[in-house]
Amino acid sequence: MAIKDYIRERFFPHMWCPGCGHGVVLNAMLRAIENLGLNKNDIVMVSGIGCSSRISGYVDFHTLHTVHGRALAFATGVKMSRPELHLIVPMGDGDALAIGGNHFIHAARRNIDMTAVVMNNRIYGMTGGQYSPLSGYGISATTAPYGNIDQGFDIVELAKAAGATFVARTTTYHVQQAAELLQEAILHKGFSVVEIMSQCPTYFGRKNKEGGAVEMMKRMKDITTPIGSKAKEAQPELIERGIFVRKDLPEYCSEYNKIIERAQKQGRR
Amino acid sequence: MGKPKLKEHIINRDWCKGCGICVEFCPKKVLALDDREKAVAARPEDCICCRLCELRCPDLAIEILIEE
Repeated sequence: MAIKDYIRERFFPHMWCPGCGHGVVLNAMLRAIENLGLNKNDIVMVSGIGCSSRISGYVDFHTLHTVHGRALAFATGVKMSRPELHLIVPMGDGDALAIGGNHFIHAARRNIDMTAVVMNNRIYGMTGGQYSPLSGYGISATTAPYGNIDQGFDIVELAKAAGATFVARTTTYHVQQAAELLQEAILHKGFSVVEIMSQCPTYFGRKNKEGGAVEMMKRMKDITTPIGSKAKEAQPELIERGIFVRKDLPEYCSEYNKIIERAQKQGRR
Repeated sequence: MGKPKLKEHIINRDWCKGCGICVEFCPKKVLALDDREKAVAARPEDCICCRLCELRCPDLAIEILIEE
């Protein structure tokens, strides 16, 4: 199938700003799904609120556009009732880790089989450029005109610590890697987290003098490096890209089925 | 399997927002923005069909057609 077969063309052109990284994430996600040859009817995309979460409106899968921060909770409900479906949960950085921070860590801890995609542009774009828990120290935002004094989260470290069994990171500059990582994450049996560093030229770029979309994407190339590269040893401040965790642990829905079996056995006695 | 040969750049002008990502990251500088700030294939003869423009376009506005 072609890319166009996976989208709701009637809603295009989309509402994202020119050069928005979320469009690149959508592009990579569609390539990943096309490469896997998944049937549209076997995919459920669940999103919350924010610029990033508008992504679910543009794809022609089963889609749920839910409440702020609670996409993973809704997705858990869908997965528990229909475990044969592929759950993809795209979230913004604020949606995933501020408003939905608790849902995020507990979904990871349970190891329920779904793919959480954090589209990290380090700002709340839809509401006018407020700082998010991913903005980081010293960043300017409309709510931090003199500089942000909050430290930022590291999504990879957080997901690792919370127990996610697949954790990866890439950027919108590295589109081919983004599609590959999403493919692996979708195939992984368990809770997978893919952080895609994305650009918001309208707010983050303008407030922090990082230029437009092109300059921001070039910057993402310059500030990242593959995991374990020589460059990281020389410049420890570089952000690593690639797969950080991939391990097998009992998956929540299969464990739940075992509980049902056990209970039914006991009931028959 | 020889080198892929370009048939056509299909650029959806209604979807293109003129961000310039495709223009900047094309390794052969095939694309350009026209006077209406829309992407056009200015030098299609130089295209090596790497599809990086198609993959990076945030607006899903570019498609590379390759001769069979």
